Amino acid sequence: MPETNAARALSHLDWLEAEAIHVLREVAGQCHSAALLFSGGKDSVCLLRLAEKAFRPGRFPFPLLHVDTGHNYPEVIAFRDRRAAELGERLVVRSVEDSIASGRVVLAHPGESRNKHQSVTLLDAIAELELDACIGGARRDEEKARAKERVFSFRDELGQWDPKRQRPELWSLYNARIRRGENIRAFPISNWTELDVWQYIARERLELPSIYFAHEREVVRRGGALVPVTPLTPPRPGERVERVSVRFRTVGDITCTAPVESTARTVEEIVAETATTTVTERGATRLDDQTSDASMEQRKKEGYF
Amino acid sequence: MPAAERIADPSREDAGLLRFLTCGSVDDGKSTLIGRLLLDTRSILADALTAIERTSRRRGLERVDLSLLTDGLQAEREQGITIDVAYRYFSTGRRKYIIADAPGHEQYTRNMVTAASTADLAIILVDARKGLLTQTRRHSTLAHLVGIPELVVAVNKMDLVGFSREVFDRIAAEYRDFAGRLGLREVRFVPMSALDGDMVVERGDRLGWYEGPTLLEILEAAPASGARPEERFRFPVQWVCRPHTAEHHDFRGYMGRVESGRIAPGDRVVVLPSGSVSRVRRVEVQGEARAEAVSQQSVTLLLEDDVDVGRGDLLVKLGEEPVPTRELTATVCWLGEAPLTRARRYLVRHATREVRAVLADVAHRLDVNTSEELPAEELAMNDIGRVTFRLAQPICPDPYVENRATGAFIVVDEATNDTVGAGMIG
Repeated sequence: MPETNAARALSHLDWLEAEAIHVLREVAGQCHSAALLFSGGKDSVCLLRLAEKAFRPGRFPFPLLHVDTGHNYPEVIAFRDRRAAELGERLVVRSVEDSIASGRVVLAHPGESRNKHQSVTLLDAIAELELDACIGGARRDEEKARAKERVFSFRDELGQWDPKRQRPELWSLYNARIRRGENIRAFPISNWTELDVWQYIARERLELPSIYFAHEREVVRRGGALVPVTPLTPPRPGERVERVSVRFRTVGDITCTAPVESTARTVEEIVAETATTTVTERGATRLDDQTSDASMEQRKKEGYF
Repeated sequence: MPAAERIADPSREDAGLLRFLTCGSVDDGKSTLIGRLLLDTRSILADALTAIERTSRRRGLERVDLSLLTDGLQAEREQGITIDVAYRYFSTGRRKYIIADAPGHEQYTRNMVTAASTADLAIILVDARKGLLTQTRRHSTLAHLVGIPELVVAVNKMDLVGFSREVFDRIAAEYRDFAGRLGLREVRFVPMSALDGDMVVERGDRLGWYEGPTLLEILEAAPASGARPEERFRFPVQWVCRPHTAEHHDFRGYMGRVESGRIAPGDRVVVLPSGSVSRVRRVEVQGEARAEAVSQQSVTLLLEDDVDVGRGDLLVKLGEEPVPTRELTATVCWLGEAPLTRARRYLVRHATREVRAVLADVAHRLDVNTSEELPAEELAMNDIGRVTFRLAQPICPDPYVENRATGAFIVVDEATNDTVGAGMIG
């Protein structure tokens, strides 16, 4: 096959990295008060490295913000705090627990997933901190509502995403102009896939919370997924508890994030496994997206990331 | 070697990334083609495939409807239309692809222009039974206007014309004639059946008379995104880094992306629009020195002299300066619901610079179906025309045909903050 000019181009990871850095700098240049959403998850770990490449030797021109559901794995929270301290950047934590205590969030039942309730806490934090932009690690390959969302996504005063009223986004010319109370959600790794993220983690030798790597865990099999046995998610009557070697492909609220069977203990083994997987990231691991075909689209309209 | 194994192989070559656009309607088999590319490069995972198999069965179809893979949002299904550009991804292990899937319907010129603005290649789908249609001409005109370097005409549904070489040759000849009049340089043609997969990823055995490459082979060989090092150096400054720390007390770094060309320490540069001249002292990323920076890389530049540089300025090499101007003439695609008029105030965003603008003149409007120039006073949504803006401050543009980054701008309505226009300079 003819090589033409291809050999002179950037590798796909270099190209994706450069694009993401460009987006981060546009947020800094166009917005007055942004925050970078950092959960300790793999996508936001990549965002931190990209922010270092974008702004060092300066400090980040925005704080890190975590909306904590209170249902996170302790390893992830410890990792989050340590990473923020190592970077010397300010970490702001706002918690769904507080939103529940103040009556802003009302749970349908005590064990309900708090995933969708993050929206309330996030919107309250945006108002409290007077943020005009939030930077997130969402990717278009995750889900079909995301596939149509802009890199700079406009949200109205209520945080709502309206797919019909999105601003056209041409070339790399982003428009972050808003009125007071409105908000921009910026997604620097929109064009990355799960595999790109793992390849980047491998190349940059990024540290991750331990639960991303294969470990033995007590689980039950429920509806095709592995449900971890935790105080929040006890086995149901009749379910058999097994010890299985698993890893998490995504970390989030304990009540709605399932691990996958795996023996991959290194990033390289995960890259190999991701390249040959047969199940989508959300399909395998997000118990909440399977409820309805349109559940992500619906949550986004309500202010979700 | 299957794609998945190649991806996992660390010694593999990386042929970069290619962004392409598919033009056509569902009737031309556009969604089926995207589905076929994803399926045959093994980019569709089992659960996604199971879901569309289930839906296909529920709808009483005999075979899996691959177009369901690109099925859209709830809001779109309710209204039976495609609202917006969707982006999809696949990898062959050698190269990563970003597909911009734009709705083909007539009133969505704005979507196609949006999708085309970042594309390196366009696939124009033609139904072998129908030949060239008005929409084929419209899509080709737009692809040409937005400066997509590579054009591939995919003559689809060859299975429905008995894989006839005559039909393919006739369509190709007719298109070549049209392309010549439009000024299109390089056009490739490939016969295919997206439904069965012939000549998409696999050759199949029913188009034996065709000796050219498959569609995927064309994609694999096309020049990758940003592979244009011969262009002039253009560096719009996004952010100025001044840490003011003990360690970096006098550090002053200009941060941005090299939009074209290359730069190395020692190169003499001009800051525009001020015209100050200096020399590059250092190129770095995260504190690490680089021997040079090339097109598409995001880097930090340090200069030898203490010149005044801020966001919105443009760094170029001495002797390669574009001319600053306060009068901007361009081909503009209007995207806003309210028409482009003299009554409203606009902002023009060119690279990292934003300036106030008013409409000075509309020379004509273009009929994208016939390429005819029509008289016009305003531009309505989806119109394309020749327009002149007067600017409050100068910008330093390049002709769009020479540089897609510094030859382009967007128009923002100052009252609504919406992005209402896309301009191509020259």
